[in-house]
Amino acid sequence: MQGWNWNGFFEYLTNYYLFQGALVTLGLTVFAMTAGLIIGFILAVMRMSPYRILSVPAYFYIWIMRGTPLLVQLIIIYTGLPQLGIKFTVVESTLIGLALCEAAYLAEIVRAGIAAVPKGQVNAARAIGMRESQILRYIVAPQAFRIIIPPLGNSVNGVLKTTSIASVISMNELLRRTQVLIQEKFLVLELFVVAAIYYLVMTTIWELIQSRIEKRFGRGYGQMTPDMH
Amino acid sequence: MSSNGQMIALKGVDKWYGEHFHVLKDCSLTVDKGEVVVICGPSGSGKSTLIKCINALEPIAKGSITVDSVEVADPKTDLPKLRAKVGMVFQHFELFPHMTILENLCIGQQKVLGRSHDEAVQRAEKLLHRVGLAAHAKKYPGHLSGGQQQRVAIARALAMDPIAMLFDEPTSALDPEMINEVLDVMVSLAEEGMTMMVVTHEMGFARKVADRIVFMDGGEIVEIGKGDEFFTNPKSERARTFLSKILPH
Repeated sequence: MQGWNWNGFFEYLTNYYLFQGALVTLGLTVFAMTAGLIIGFILAVMRMSPYRILSVPAYFYIWIMRGTPLLVQLIIIYTGLPQLGIKFTVVESTLIGLALCEAAYLAEIVRAGIAAVPKGQVNAARAIGMRESQILRYIVAPQAFRIIIPPLGNSVNGVLKTTSIASVISMNELLRRTQVLIQEKFLVLELFVVAAIYYLVMTTIWELIQSRIEKRFGRGYGQMTPDMH
Repeated sequence: MSSNGQMIALKGVDKWYGEHFHVLKDCSLTVDKGEVVVICGPSGSGKSTLIKCINALEPIAKGSITVDSVEVADPKTDLPKLRAKVGMVFQHFELFPHMTILENLCIGQQKVLGRSHDEAVQRAEKLLHRVGLAAHAKKYPGHLSGGQQQRVAIARALAMDPIAMLFDEPTSALDPEMINEVLDVMVSLAEEGMTMMVVTHEMGFARKVADRIVFMDGGEIVEIGKGDEFFTNPKSERARTFLSKILPH
């Protein structure tokens, strides 16, 4: 039995190579959320469309992407598609896989948010002569966004951890770098605990940011001031 | 009624909800420029639906509705353009909760009428002053009382310089002590000659400003009477029954 190596643990805790890996993880998270939200918003609007030519493909896409594991999707993109002559690098495969998969989940969140904006708001916007695209942009989307901030925040937390799956196709993020370092001194437990701490620190910081965002976007809602009446 | 002074005209309007509920039955009505028409009747009689058809928030199945000589039901009609000319006030205010009072009054002016920010703000502040809420411009709707919110909603509609105003039960979601502050604004609008259609149960208001009263029941326009005449001498049995239920003894 080797026991716990404190020196090794602290050495890896401040290891620059791992720190960079954490930055890569953050970058993947930001990209997956941003691209996922843009594609997800389009999917949500398509899915809510009265035209079947829009709603059916969106439904089909969401069904596939939510019904299959990201791990399988990544392997198909990176390892499977070259068989058809479609080649992506590790980074490209990771970005594509994360964004496309996350888009399906975010589409459902966005759709729920849009559906939660009262119909009366749309009527009021129509009554002052706004066009449907303006109503979506100025009236529905901002209110839907406020409604979906809590589930979106949870998605960020989820994606941050999910990016570790990309280590399987040798994406050089936090978990992959942890595994590489294990080959150095075989401090298996110490290194995985360090990786866990990195993830925990990132998700905790995000939690703090999220609660601030929620406060900021909650302005004007349900707050009572003493001079109300 | 001269036809050239005609602002809103409904001819043989029919509408169904689903396949079986015949919500409007062959409704015909004209409203002249500057006229104030109050629509009353028991709940479920189709009054709110009728008024929402006028700016096409609800589609109609049959008949014709014209506003300022533009056919509302014509698929070629530019509905947003038409709606911008007709103000509407809703039972539940429907202010935009994520915008300040000032922004609520400016968004339509800027995005629909293409006014500059300064122009829009100037007009908005004038209207807020008019409804007695100038001090609340920077607040959010959630910070105002129901009566205040409804006055903002009226100001938001007026900011578009409408040629007519539609009111859909504007006071029925309000606490009793806030009803008058809203009615006062509506009375002053009527006195300035605004063309108005008002769905309301406020019979005191109707008596005071309505040129004509439209009584609806079961999706039909049962009776159209001149203001006071309708109250003192309703022609139909259904109107008499309705009035006996809502007028104080």
